[in-house]
Amino acid sequence: MAPKVGIVGIGHCRFGNSSDYDLVDVIAYSANDAFEDAGGLQLRKQVDQVFVGNMAAGMFNHQTSVASALVSRMDMEPVPAELIENGPASGASAIRLGYMAIASGMADVVLVAAGEVMRSVSGWEATNIVATMAHTEAEYNMGLTLPGFAGMFTRLYMEKYGMTERDLALVAVKDHANGALNKYAHVQIPVTIDAIADGESANVVNNYVAEPLRMYSTCPISDGSAAVILVNMDSPKAKLFKKKAIRIAGIGSATDTHCVHNRKDPLVLDAVRLSSQIAYKMAGIGPKDISFAELHDAFVIFELLNSEEVGFFERGKSFIGVRNHETEIGGRIPINTSGGLKAKGHPVGATGVSQVVELVRQLRGEAEESRQVKDPKYGMAVNFGGFGNNVITTILAKD
Amino acid sequence: MAIDELEKKLRPPEIALKPYPAKLITLASGEKMVVRECRREEAGALLGTVYPLLAVSKDYYDIVAARMYSEILGWFRYRVANEFVIVGAIDGVIAGIVTSRHVEAKTGMSLHTLTIKRGLRVGAQLFAAKMEHHIEYLGEDEVHIVAESPIGFKRWMIEYELEDRSAQYPGLRHELGGVPTFTLTRKLWDAVRAVKCTGTRPVPPEILKTADKLTMPSEYVQLPGWKRGS
Repeated sequence: MAPKVGIVGIGHCRFGNSSDYDLVDVIAYSANDAFEDAGGLQLRKQVDQVFVGNMAAGMFNHQTSVASALVSRMDMEPVPAELIENGPASGASAIRLGYMAIASGMADVVLVAAGEVMRSVSGWEATNIVATMAHTEAEYNMGLTLPGFAGMFTRLYMEKYGMTERDLALVAVKDHANGALNKYAHVQIPVTIDAIADGESANVVNNYVAEPLRMYSTCPISDGSAAVILVNMDSPKAKLFKKKAIRIAGIGSATDTHCVHNRKDPLVLDAVRLSSQIAYKMAGIGPKDISFAELHDAFVIFELLNSEEVGFFERGKSFIGVRNHETEIGGRIPINTSGGLKAKGHPVGATGVSQVVELVRQLRGEAEESRQVKDPKYGMAVNFGGFGNNVITTILAKD
Repeated sequence: MAIDELEKKLRPPEIALKPYPAKLITLASGEKMVVRECRREEAGALLGTVYPLLAVSKDYYDIVAARMYSEILGWFRYRVANEFVIVGAIDGVIAGIVTSRHVEAKTGMSLHTLTIKRGLRVGAQLFAAKMEHHIEYLGEDEVHIVAESPIGFKRWMIEYELEDRSAQYPGLRHELGGVPTFTLTRKLWDAVRAVKCTGTRPVPPEILKTADKLTMPSEYVQLPGWKRGS
């Protein structure tokens, strides 16, 4: 029987603009923060394996071999270290591989650190770099960017289910309200529905990015890092860490066609549904057991779609739930209590780890009081790679 | 102050400019920003607002603050011809400032845009207000513009699709250092106005009154830990 794997340390920097700093320093900041959280920097010497999540340091920072650099920067040689690249799901993939390393018996303690410094390039160059995850011939070379893709996706959903632009804005209002309370969030400014949807100035204040997506329907371009320390809960080493472990109850991964036009229905995100089903089965629970969730919302439409695919809402009904305040903190299923990618920010390679850090903070009861979910038992994170073609779902449990 | 003959010679010839009517913009945060033209006697509050940003090199705040400081001082001391200053104020606190200049009947020269309160596109709104004044109230057909920061280049040159005049008319040089000059034409303005320029008029008197006395910000996100007077 595989050992239980838990998280005993978390680290996070404030997302935003770190372009004055070296990427490795940015990642090391959160890794050190995680060791401090776990009991002290001396615990670095207990680590058997390091996985680093990063999407595109080669392009953003002209830097490679980031895992080797991190280990050296943190004085952790000779620990094995590898870089994990899986697009915007690089962070969650690194956690999944950390889980597998412990479950396989090859390691008892794994440091997973992830980061991205995207603002070293201009906004449109960042959009271009992120777009390289799309299919080269059929998508990227045709000029498709992720906002362009998400705009078409959103239009399709609106026409099929009757969602309005105002519904998208309601998601943004909720996410920004949460982000304003999160000390790590890039954008800590609440926004009002009147200002971004209903009022006379809304068309200018909340301008189109890729119609029908507006500025407040899309995440900012952010720098940042996050880290977690995984431990074999059955190992003697587990006792060296001061924090009670938050258990990884389930972790699932699935892929879908790289080319979106090869899908029968582009609005059906098979990889999200399948990865969540694997995670649910592994945890022995279902959607109704989840207390709160962090769902990948690089564009707010993804939050809605993901919430349907993981079973929180019927297909085409998630925006009704938002109208009814069901996804707010205190609602039936709080979603993106951190502010999500929309407000907290989306340093692509770091996002998956950042989501899991938020789960741990909430399950420990360590989130800011004003946004703490009441007595949560299970938290779920969905990290979305590509345009839904490589997805990792993680479920954490407070035992 | 008595204006003696020498002082008269030092001052540039002025054209009486039409006033810019105040307007109200609701920012994404729900905060109400009054956008209005500044009065000369408000130069002290404006200079005091700009001054701390001289120390911020990030995003070229230092050069923009230094140039704007001199532009406001030049306006106050009558050393710049036909200059106007527009401010955005939230509950009277200065959120952003723009400076600009009417050159002659059909031509304007945009000077600087300084965003104090970040994250709410205050600078974008104030830049649009500045262009609105040039084209719609002063009746100009062209406004020459340069950018001194990447953010400015993206916001103005790219988003407004300004005409790059630097190759076509190499002799045309903006007053700010001869960097490549771009131009907003009336035609371009008409094309983007609906998505770039907003604000309601008249401003309700009770809200306009909040912006009557301008207040310098006590803190700046650009200067973590800095507090006015400490």
